[in-house]
Amino acid sequence: MARVGVFVCHCGTNIAGVVNIPEVLEAAEKMPMVVSATDNKYSCSEPGQASIREAIIENNLNRVIVAACSPRMHEITFRRALASAGLNPYLLEMANIREQCSWVHSDNKEIATNKAIEIIKMAVAKVIRHEPLYPRQVGITKRALVIGGGITGIQTALDIANAGYGVVLVEREPSIGGRMAQLDKTFPTLDCSACILTPKMVDLSQHPKIKLMTYAEVKKVTGFIGNFEVEILHKAKKVDHLKCIGCGICWQKCPEKVPSEFDLGLGKRTAIYIPFAQAVPPKPVIDLSHCRYTKYLTWVATGQEGKKPPECRICEKLCPTAAIAWDQEEQLFTEKFGTIVVATGYQTYDYSHYKEYGSRDFADVITGLQLERLMSASGPTGGEVTRLSDGSHPKTVAFVCCVGSRDQQRGRPYCSKVCCMYTAKQAIMLKEHDPEVQCYIFYIDVRAGGKDFEEFYLRAIDEAGVIYIKGRPSKIYQDGKKLIVLGEDTLMGRPVEIPVDLVVLATGMEPSAGADELARNLNISYDTYNFMVEAHPKLRPVETHTDGIFVAGACVGPRDIPECVAQGSAAAAKVAALFSQDTLTTEPLIAVVNQARCIGCLLCVTICPFKAVDYQTTQDGRLIAATNESLCKGCGLCIAACRPKAIDLRGFTNQQILDEVAGLWL
Amino acid sequence: MAVSHEPRIVGFLCNWCSYAGADLAGTSRITYPANIRIIRVPCSGRVDPLFVVKSFQLGADGVLIAGCHPGDCHYTEGNYHTRRRFALLRPFLDYLGIDQERFRLEWVSASEGKKFSEVVADFTETLKRIGPREI
Ligand code: FES
Repeated sequence: MARVGVFVCHCGTNIAGVVNIPEVLEAAEKMPMVVSATDNKYSCSEPGQASIREAIIENNLNRVIVAACSPRMHEITFRRALASAGLNPYLLEMANIREQCSWVHSDNKEIATNKAIEIIKMAVAKVIRHEPLYPRQVGITKRALVIGGGITGIQTALDIANAGYGVVLVEREPSIGGRMAQLDKTFPTLDCSACILTPKMVDLSQHPKIKLMTYAEVKKVTGFIGNFEVEILHKAKKVDHLKCIGCGICWQKCPEKVPSEFDLGLGKRTAIYIPFAQAVPPKPVIDLSHCRYTKYLTWVATGQEGKKPPECRICEKLCPTAAIAWDQEEQLFTEKFGTIVVATGYQTYDYSHYKEYGSRDFADVITGLQLERLMSASGPTGGEVTRLSDGSHPKTVAFVCCVGSRDQQRGRPYCSKVCCMYTAKQAIMLKEHDPEVQCYIFYIDVRAGGKDFEEFYLRAIDEAGVIYIKGRPSKIYQDGKKLIVLGEDTLMGRPVEIPVDLVVLATGMEPSAGADELARNLNISYDTYNFMVEAHPKLRPVETHTDGIFVAGACVGPRDIPECVAQGSAAAAKVAALFSQDTLTTEPLIAVVNQARCIGCLLCVTICPFKAVDYQTTQDGRLIAATNESLCKGCGLCIAACRPKAIDLRGFTNQQILDEVAGLWL
Repeated sequence: MAVSHEPRIVGFLCNWCSYAGADLAGTSRITYPANIRIIRVPCSGRVDPLFVVKSFQLGADGVLIAGCHPGDCHYTEGNYHTRRRFALLRPFLDYLGIDQERFRLEWVSASEGKKFSEVVADFTETLKRIGPREI
């Protein structure tokens, strides 16, 4: 039998100044199952809470109504008061007679008093049906998964590992390093990118708490915060990395040469390869689509048609440790993690849609990232900036900003943020490489928001003599050995036509290929460009709507290196905070299935935004729904969708809401 | 002479936006007609069509569902389901002899205290105009 106690708060004069409290108390006493109705000047104050506590004990109450402010304000406070009186905290219901009554109906005290009585009546009808609820404790696997081995992922993994927790870093390329490894120098300090990155890469590979999985991809994710199960596909490297000592004989002697992805097609690599000299791990993989022996094997397997490819196997013959493993196949492993950090980064925009800039047809129109490779001492030209067409040194260079950024027509309306600065950097460095070079930068706006950025931009003008021209070029075409850049100087209001030796397109950032698929696997949101969506752009920048999954770096939006590093550290701090607890407490206000009623239509499975409803088979062989207490957030979508009314939401059951409505007409 | 009629509105408000919006109307001391009784639900998508029909059966003059603006649902997509359910349920009210105008769906964010008060005022006005239900 429910014994309800009603506590009406004056809130000073906030409520009592409008609502006639004695009248409310009198009415409350007559409501069903109410055994006591008392008032308080300030219920939330310590004396107020104490009097609630005493009344609970004295009157042997087992349901409590606090008629006061909004539950959004003090529900937690009063739940604690119940708990301190030895009552289950979920046996409380608040009647909001301040925000939704006295404060909005101060013009008519009688009406406000009547409304307050009705609000309490509804709360009483509901509270009677409250059940004691208990939060559940779930264990945590104190091991984090970091997806992506660029600077963001590296920073995240190092920080988590240094906090003392185990980390697995999964990278789909043969080496970690990401985009930053491709850069020559960084703005605005002109630090050598490799010099600051590679020590971190080595730290990571040697950290006792970090397990590095390169050439691997995340395939499937199930579970919930503290307890994720992740399927990781290890692609076939065909090299046994336990045996390999990274001596390099194989990749020096492999006869098959293919364009290097790392050098963006400007240089060559072999079929057995490490992507770049400082790769981590410094051990090769065999690119099966180009390997001669693999081609031979396919030729044998497909009936020996056509010309016989060479049987090669040179790497195998030369390897001093017999590390070549032709029988190695791709493998799927399932690992357990407590949290996941997504740091999949970006790729540069493919400008083949820009017909007016030659759609990749002109050898001497290159991208900013390609120029980085040309300027890099370890790049395909050993740091000599030369034209791809004739190998000559360019003397006039035009940069075009915002290619694939701030362009509505190409579906890329956002600003890529780093291009203004990296074009300035490249122009300054070209001048350092060769003082005779003259650079022109076509820009829409120069966005130099950042520490020392504006100064750096001014340095490009003052020291490197860069000529900035405001306007997006309308056309680039070849004229003999020169490229002609046609545009309009919108500040001067006149057309410009500049013949140059080299054109550099500052292509914007877009999420790495496959980001959308990964997001779907993880059940986190992504926007129309496939950037991951954070839980709150201002206040929860590295969290997602799926608890336990974090995002960091350029997979969320265009970011520069320091921001990526900061976000990586931020995500790591979140992970460490979570791992510092031994168990997680889950909210009990969630959906539960009545097995006897469920007909197995599984509409709830499809409707749940959190993948919290799954199905199971009962002993008598019926298919029924089952909710996962740790994943359920208690939205109640499944409940409204359930036709046989087999799912219900604790704390907001169908019956409770119907009773609340009915309470109005009591 | 027509007796002045005070309609009763049952309002189902999602906890994260609309209920907070109604709270804000209070915090900002914006007065509005006292004809609404608010029921807090976690999400507008929690509202079962049965709740609406039951409210009418018991004698409500109007039913309001209020949720976060499309795209802002705390549970990402709850209000999209609400919107579809609303579109299906509303014409069905004709069969129950209930004027479709008595059933409303509104998007009220946590910062729209003013809007919430306007919604209630306007809905009350409409219900007064339609007059009492004939049961
Ligand atoms: S939480 Fe407000 S509509 Fe879903």
